[in-house]
Amino acid sequence: MTMGAMGAMRGAARQDMRSKDLRGTVRRLSGLLGAERVKLVLAVLLGITSVGFMVAGPQVLGSATNVLFDGIVGKQFPLGTTKAQALELLRAHGHAQIATMVAGMNITPGIGVDITKLGVVLGLAASVYLLGAAFSYLQGYTMAGLTQRLIAGMRRDVEAKLSRLPLRYFDSHPHGDILSRVTNDIDNLTTTIQQGLSQLLTSVLTIAGVMGMMLWISPLLAMVCVVTIPLALVVTFLIAKRSQVHFTAQWGRTGTLNGLVEETHTGHELVQVFGRSEATIEEFARENKGLYEASFRAQFLSGVIQPSMQFIANINYVAIAVLGGYRVASGLLSLGAVTAFIQYSRQFTMPITQIASQMNMLQSGIASAERVFEFLDAEEESPELTRETPVSASASGVGSVKLENVRFRYESGKPLIEDFSLDVRPGETVAIVGPTGAGKTTIVNLLVRFYEIDSGHILLNGVDYRDLTRDEVRGCFGMVLQDTWMFAGSVHDNIAYARPGASDEEVVAAAKAAYVDTFVRTLPEGYATVLDEDASNLSSGQKQLLTIARAFLADKSILILDEATSNVDTRTEVLIQEAMSRLREGRTSFVIAHRLSTIRNANTIVVMDHGNIVEQGSHDELMARDGLYHSLYDSQFAGVET
Amino acid sequence: MLVRLLRTYLRPYKGQIALLVLLLVGQTIGNLYLPNLNADIVNNGVITGNLHYILTTGEVMLGLTLVIGVFAVVAVYWASRVAMGAGADIRQAVFTKVQTFSARDMNHFGTSSLITRNTNDIQQIQLFLQMALTMMVIAPIMCVGGIVMALHEGAELSTLLLVAVPVMAAFIGVVMVKVVPQFRSMQRKIDRINEVLREQITGVRVIRAFVRNESEADRFAVANKSLTDTSLSVNRIFALALPMMMAILNLSSVAVLWFGGRLVSEGSMPIGNLTAFLTYILQILMSVMMAVMVAILLPRAAASAERVEQVLDTVVVVSDSVNPTEPTDSSGRVEFDHVSFSYPGSERPVVEDLTFVLEPGQTSAIIGGTGSGKTTLLNLIPRFFDATEGHLIVNGVDVRDQRQETLWNSLGLVPQAAYLFSGTVATNLRFGRPEATEEELWKALEIAQARDFVAAMPGGLEAPIDQGGTNVSGGQRQRLSIARALVKRPSVYLFDDCFSALDAATDARLRTALKTEINGASVVIVAQRVSTIMQADRIIVLDDGRVVGIGTHGELLATCPAYREIVVSQLGEDAAA
Repeated sequence: MTMGAMGAMRGAARQDMRSKDLRGTVRRLSGLLGAERVKLVLAVLLGITSVGFMVAGPQVLGSATNVLFDGIVGKQFPLGTTKAQALELLRAHGHAQIATMVAGMNITPGIGVDITKLGVVLGLAASVYLLGAAFSYLQGYTMAGLTQRLIAGMRRDVEAKLSRLPLRYFDSHPHGDILSRVTNDIDNLTTTIQQGLSQLLTSVLTIAGVMGMMLWISPLLAMVCVVTIPLALVVTFLIAKRSQVHFTAQWGRTGTLNGLVEETHTGHELVQVFGRSEATIEEFARENKGLYEASFRAQFLSGVIQPSMQFIANINYVAIAVLGGYRVASGLLSLGAVTAFIQYSRQFTMPITQIASQMNMLQSGIASAERVFEFLDAEEESPELTRETPVSASASGVGSVKLENVRFRYESGKPLIEDFSLDVRPGETVAIVGPTGAGKTTIVNLLVRFYEIDSGHILLNGVDYRDLTRDEVRGCFGMVLQDTWMFAGSVHDNIAYARPGASDEEVVAAAKAAYVDTFVRTLPEGYATVLDEDASNLSSGQKQLLTIARAFLADKSILILDEATSNVDTRTEVLIQEAMSRLREGRTSFVIAHRLSTIRNANTIVVMDHGNIVEQGSHDELMARDGLYHSLYDSQFAGVET
Repeated sequence: MLVRLLRTYLRPYKGQIALLVLLLVGQTIGNLYLPNLNADIVNNGVITGNLHYILTTGEVMLGLTLVIGVFAVVAVYWASRVAMGAGADIRQAVFTKVQTFSARDMNHFGTSSLITRNTNDIQQIQLFLQMALTMMVIAPIMCVGGIVMALHEGAELSTLLLVAVPVMAAFIGVVMVKVVPQFRSMQRKIDRINEVLREQITGVRVIRAFVRNESEADRFAVANKSLTDTSLSVNRIFALALPMMMAILNLSSVAVLWFGGRLVSEGSMPIGNLTAFLTYILQILMSVMMAVMVAILLPRAAASAERVEQVLDTVVVVSDSVNPTEPTDSSGRVEFDHVSFSYPGSERPVVEDLTFVLEPGQTSAIIGGTGSGKTTLLNLIPRFFDATEGHLIVNGVDVRDQRQETLWNSLGLVPQAAYLFSGTVATNLRFGRPEATEEELWKALEIAQARDFVAAMPGGLEAPIDQGGTNVSGGQRQRLSIARALVKRPSVYLFDDCFSALDAATDARLRTALKTEINGASVVIVAQRVSTIMQADRIIVLDDGRVVGIGTHGELLATCPAYREIVVSQLGEDAAA
């Protein structure tokens, strides 16, 4: 396969930015808005009022122009004459056309501009604009509250969903994908709703309002706009649609390129030692060129919208001036009306351009919404048992676990664990052994009910799992897993995670028992030292010791231990080993065993291979059987014993 | 910083930029002249009812608009070409530069930081360029031109500008001062929420095992509320800002009509000029808003430019010698001759006075505790770091005198953390030798104990591999990484503690297969587990950066206390007996 094909694959792996079910998603989003019905209606009403004022503004300003114009024209006639006499005068001088125009005006011959009237009209205009701004603010204020509540609710739903999903979901979906749905997609959706919803509302209302005003001033002139507005819409959407294709390509290319950068920089040493620098630079150049072409096209095409709009707006202007001039000249329309009309005709280009620029955002927002909804629709864990009186045998029990004829499959068609029985008495140790990938964690998954068994019974202190809640089951187990998860917080809080409300002394005691106290005290702020998200300031051995401290603090009667230690130096390894065996004292333990001593001393050894339990018994029994255990034992420890 | 970067990367586009500026100047002048024609239409056409005049001036106007439109389109074309082109050039330069980085340089920046610099930071610069190339040219011309034209239409009225422009600028300034810190805090809160969610996903097992769902929900609720409060406050400021700016624009118009109206009534100003003036004042205020928009992007772009330049200005620590020597020997012999390495400024060397030979055809193992310098020793061979003292000789020539490419050609590296590249199993295996046949790939997979699972994968060799190799298990990834080195057939194999992800049985089978299949090459294994290296031809024991023992397992048990200690701790007292 060529490097180019490799790049194409990488691209395909990225999510598609286009939505699959546009209508369904939009309907569902509107459904969410429904909960805010009252506020939404209020916001729309406020919006209508605000747009009403804003739209009335130019009309009022127009009448101010009329007052001015009346004054100028009126002043040219002799003082004291009536309007009729003035018109006579004009006709007598052969200015019949002007006379017709003046006839439509509100003039007082000989008197100049009525400043008081001008003041009143302008005062009105100012108040109209101010009121418009005020209502627009109220609308924005309401919308902000509405959208933030909506988004906060959505985030809450997503978080709640996380805790209701079965482990199966986390194991079968890449963490990166889940993460990107609950973070990136939610963020993207937030931006869309935050900016898009409000602007869309204003844009649509403004177009409607402007159209209404133009029709009211002069239905004839409005005819011009009936042609030009749809023309503007069509042109804008045609261009936007074409540039959308390139924007999609740009996103895709950016994703691919970022993937390539991420991968090359992460595997930097490999790229160098395997002599791939040249090839990688070439591949990058190819991808970079692709991105350049796509982003250039997208930028250029979307940049064309503005000049096109301007051109259409100017055609509109000339058409209105011609028609309007004719109407004014024939006295059928005042000059103020024409100037107002011109102003209106200029106002519709902005909302159209705005809607077009939001199309991109809306589209990617809807694609994100779809991915979030998909996540919210994922199948949840079976409903938790509800009962009135808690079963007493659970949390404080002595630690017996009994598995009876347990059957479990990850996929229904693939047999995995069939008819597994095991009786573990309090204080006993069960070792689970098997080669890499044999499915040792499956047993852990079933014991702590990360997965539910298909049939059979698991009894905890004599009580069937089905009669306990999941939390009650888990409450009986202390766990030290290979996954040494730490959260961003102090060392103290990370240990205390095992038991909320534990005192400082208890935390320190647990740390001491896990041989990690000395190390913690070497940290800059001791127990108060804050770990970053990946606890990258700790070595893996130290992390492991901290999780052991957690198990000490949790102090549960049954333990699950994973002995596997990797990237741990010998001294720490000894500490871990000692801490683990101390932890096991007096507790029932299930150990994913890697050490000979653990295995030999276990009461029962469960041998797994390819996901199945293949053998079960004590060390001597299994050695006598000469099966998988015997050969595993030979390959691992034979050299040691000689 | 931004200026220097742009000066360098815009140089190839000098011609285009000159053309662009000309086009923008033309476009802006045209746009400034348009209101004049509008005024003429009203003054000489509409008022006098001169339809002919309206039509002819209208034609001129339409022609002018067409020219402006064409100018604008061509300008956008070149602005996009230049902005996206310069961005692509910078991106390529950064990527190419990083390819020459040594491990030290990589560590200095950190991988994730380099990724951000190579992607997001350049995107910021690109975004800024696109805006700047149009608006930064238009805004000043429009502002100055607007003022000139406004003065021309009505000098007395222009005093209004002295009020309107500062009010607008001050208002935007106040909003910025209020919003910018809140924006930053909002970004932090988004990061925090994402962190909590990420922890809930990665820590799902631990959270459920400790029955801590509720406290996680509380943690999230706190973060969610905090973010909601801040974004609400930011959005409310915006809800106020936009209507306020519109109000300033509109009230300026009202003021123009009020003061202008008096001038008109006194006859000192024609009414058409008043409408033109109205347009100019709007244009001036718009240009102020435009300039502010670019100004918002400026600090971010400048910060990004600085981060990009840091990468480009890096003097690479390890580089090819001026007069490289071509090694004549290709046996894979590696000789350490009193080699020491210490980080600059550190008091103690990480490894000190290493002297030994890794012979072709032999397996040499390096063992020692954490911090004993094992990985550092291994990293000196491919020159990820350069020895600070002594000589490291590969194939008879000091590594510093060879071309890095020649050196790397002779090495097969299997790092501690197995990393695979997106593509297929086959593309990964052929990483070091693209011409390898399928047969050779299967052979390598067999040695690496990976044949069975690859054969079972849908598609076999063509089975897809995700970036990093996340779609195969850790053990499988490690085996594929070993197979990748085998396909390359180098003369020196470097295994950096890469057997730890394998269970002991697989580890044992793999080592047996390696021993029989690799003939003649030098094999260096760094390991933690004694069982992995017991059979090596020679074991080098490191303690605190120094060699404390060299020999076979048996020899070292007898002579080297440090080695004995390791054996006892891992395998028990019996094994050391």
